Amino acid sequence: MNTIEAVPNQTGIPNGKLGIWFFLASEVMLFGGLISSYVILRTGSPNFGLPPRELLGVPWATLNTFVLITSSVSMVLALAAMQEGRISSFRNYMLLTIGLGFAFLGIKSYEYIHKISEGITITSSLFGSFYFALTGLHALHVIGGLIFNSYVLAEGLKGRINPDHYERVEYAGLYWHFVDIVWVFLFPLLYLI
Amino acid sequence: MVKTYLTVFGALAVLTALTVTVSYMHLPRVPAISLAVLIALVKASLITAFFMHLKFEGRLIYGIFFASLFFFIVLIVPVLIDIGF
Repeated sequence: MNTIEAVPNQTGIPNGKLGIWFFLASEVMLFGGLISSYVILRTGSPNFGLPPRELLGVPWATLNTFVLITSSVSMVLALAAMQEGRISSFRNYMLLTIGLGFAFLGIKSYEYIHKISEGITITSSLFGSFYFALTGLHALHVIGGLIFNSYVLAEGLKGRINPDHYERVEYAGLYWHFVDIVWVFLFPLLYLI
Repeated sequence: MVKTYLTVFGALAVLTALTVTVSYMHLPRVPAISLAVLIALVKASLITAFFMHLKFEGRLIYGIFFASLFFFIVLIVPVLIDIGF
């Protein structure tokens, strides 16, 4: 069978895991740059007007937060299932993770349409620019995670990811949890404060 | 491990409910921001430690994690002290 070995190296950490962590560190800087510009302009600029809170759609964003943390826990449960050789529950948890990812994007699209119809657009104000840039970049990452997770699910069902070689489930999980963490910060920064 | 994951999930759900509730209480600006950021930090730490298994990793992964955290703080704190607040 054609499996990809997790080659040990001098660090004692599989290359894939090391690579994913370095990649996530670079992602921290990508989001970090945008988030810090937002925080600094918001606290420092006299022109930073905020839309009324009712227009922000806090209940929808709260629901989306629950959707994303649930998908995070189902991702890690999928990993645990694969490690223990429970393939059918791996499949169910991965399907749940992917389904919740789509649910997140669906709710986000609804929010976008609502905001645009209320006059909050990417060009309407500083807040609008940051809102769409930050949540848009995050949504792109969710789409990336959906692709990664679907690939992992397909490989798991073909047996190319199996209880002896579950590393790619772990890597997809690391990325997915990172996307969750970004949302954990965007949610209070954009909706609650 | 499954039990740990579910406990962490429960904690994340409670903290999410808490941060939303607090945001409707119209606290003054500084406590409101501090509390929201503190809750987000606790949630992110829980996800990193347990879901991403950072708690069980060696020094190298910790090093990568804290390096990115350090540079994020560098990106935000000095400028914030200068022109924010």
